[in-house]
This record gives sequence, C-alpha cells and structure tokens, in this order.
Amino acid sequence: MFTPGIWRFRRLSDTMPEMLNLQREMNRLFSNMGQKSPQEYPAVNIWEKGGSAVITAELPGIDPEKLDISVSGDTVTISGEALRETLAEGEIYLRQERGIGNFKRNIQLPFQINAQEVEARYEKGILVIVLPRVKEDLPKKIKIQ
Amino acid sequence: MLEKDIQKTENVSATERIRNVKTFVPRVDIYENKDSLFLLADMPGVDENTVDIELEKNVLTITGRVENGHVKDAAMMYSEYEIGDYERVFTLSDRIDRDKIVATVKNGVLRLELPKAEEVKPKKIAIKAA
Repeated sequence: MFTPGIWRFRRLSDTMPEMLNLQREMNRLFSNMGQKSPQEYPAVNIWEKGGSAVITAELPGIDPEKLDISVSGDTVTISGEALRETLAEGEIYLRQERGIGNFKRNIQLPFQINAQEVEARYEKGILVIVLPRVKEDLPKKIKIQ
Repeated sequence: MLEKDIQKTENVSATERIRNVKTFVPRVDIYENKDSLFLLADMPGVDENTVDIELEKNVLTITGRVENGHVKDAAMMYSEYEIGDYERVFTLSDRIDRDKIVATVKNGVLRLELPKAEEVKPKKIAIKAA
C-alpha cells in the first residue's frame, strides 16, 4: 500500500521538498476537478481570427428558425429550443438521452461587438457565429516620432 | 439537468483506432412501435457522407467522422467541448429486416429506421375451442 520510500528514515530537510511536491500535486488534482465541472448549455468554443471572435457551439437537431442570437455591447446571447420528437400512438421509448428543451446562454467577450456585421450560420448541427470588433475598439498602432 | 448529460462522453473502447482523434458516445433516443425500431443520435458535425452504419448479425455500429470541426485560420482561445469522431455499438434484441433500413442525417442528427423482420413481429394466436 505504501511505497517503502515514504517510510524510509530521512532527515526532515530531505523529506520537505517531497512533501511540498505532494501537496502541490494534490492541489492540482482538486483544482482541476473543479474546472472540469461547468457548465451551461450549449458548450462553446471561442476562436480568434483577424480581430473577430468566432463562437462555435454544438447544437444538434435545432430548428434554425427558432434559434435566436442577439448582441448587445460586449455580450452575445444564444437562445432556442431543441426539437422534440412527438411519439405517435403505439410508439414507446426504450431509451431517452437526448433533448434539453429550452436553453439560453450569455457569453461576454473582452471587447465591444460590431452588431451590424455579426454573421451566423448553422450547418450539420454546429452553430458558428462570427463577431467582429467595433472599429473604434481596435488597438491603435502608435507611431514613434 | 445533470452535468453529465450535457457533457460529451468520451468513448472507452477496447480496440484502438487508426485515426488519432478522440471518439465520443453520441446521445441517442430509441423508440419502437410494433413494426420498427427508431433510433435518433446526436452527432453534431457529421453529414450523410461521413456517417457509417453497420449491422452485423444483431450488432449495430454507428460511426461518424467529424472532418472540419476547427475554424480555418483561427486560434482557439477558449474551449468547453472537444472535437472528435463518434462511435456507438448496440446489440439489438429483435431481428431486423436489413434491406429496409432507412437512414437520414439532418442538422447533425442521425435518424435510423430499423424495420423488424416479418417473423419476429408479434402475431396473435387464435385459440381454438377444444
């Protein structure tokens, strides 16, 4: 159960780094555990491409008409409803894992969004939103005189 | 809604795959009526060309390949979901008429209709008076 290394007699100064290491490892383990448990639906990935942010989200089986994307300031809101299968007479579920019903999610970006030029497309169950930065908000290059 | 339900579940398969990508377990709904078995699987990122359905004896294997899950020329800044293929295997209890299987993919959802074979459909047995 215990490796002999721990029980081998050593001076305290020798074992100290080992103990600190162990403590660090434990902290890492537990802090990761916390990180692994988000989260809101849908899960998103955020990409950066030439001054714009690109948000991708996996939203299988959504009616694009019922998907609502709105932008205000630096926040984008995605809301919608997952399509529900209505069973006909005589049909019974053997397994039901899908379906999340209604969802809504706000995502705050670190810059003001140019709402006029936001593009969104929905393909193969993946939503892609391109959010360009407001021109005035772009970092300015300063020339050295 | 529980956390584990909205997270993608990674596949733990006994056999390794050639393609070096993660595979995930697609979430499914299965329902039946007296004629057929219906299966719906959430597989965002696949289309009709990248999904594969195999039925061998009574083992149904669904695989989906996700080819361009990454945004072109963009750098990932933040990630909540991982991109990978899909695979899931089911053992069917009913005999399926394999020639009549219908599969469609729409908006990243695979829909399978598996008609039950004639001989396994429930038959009403008339009882004769002795």
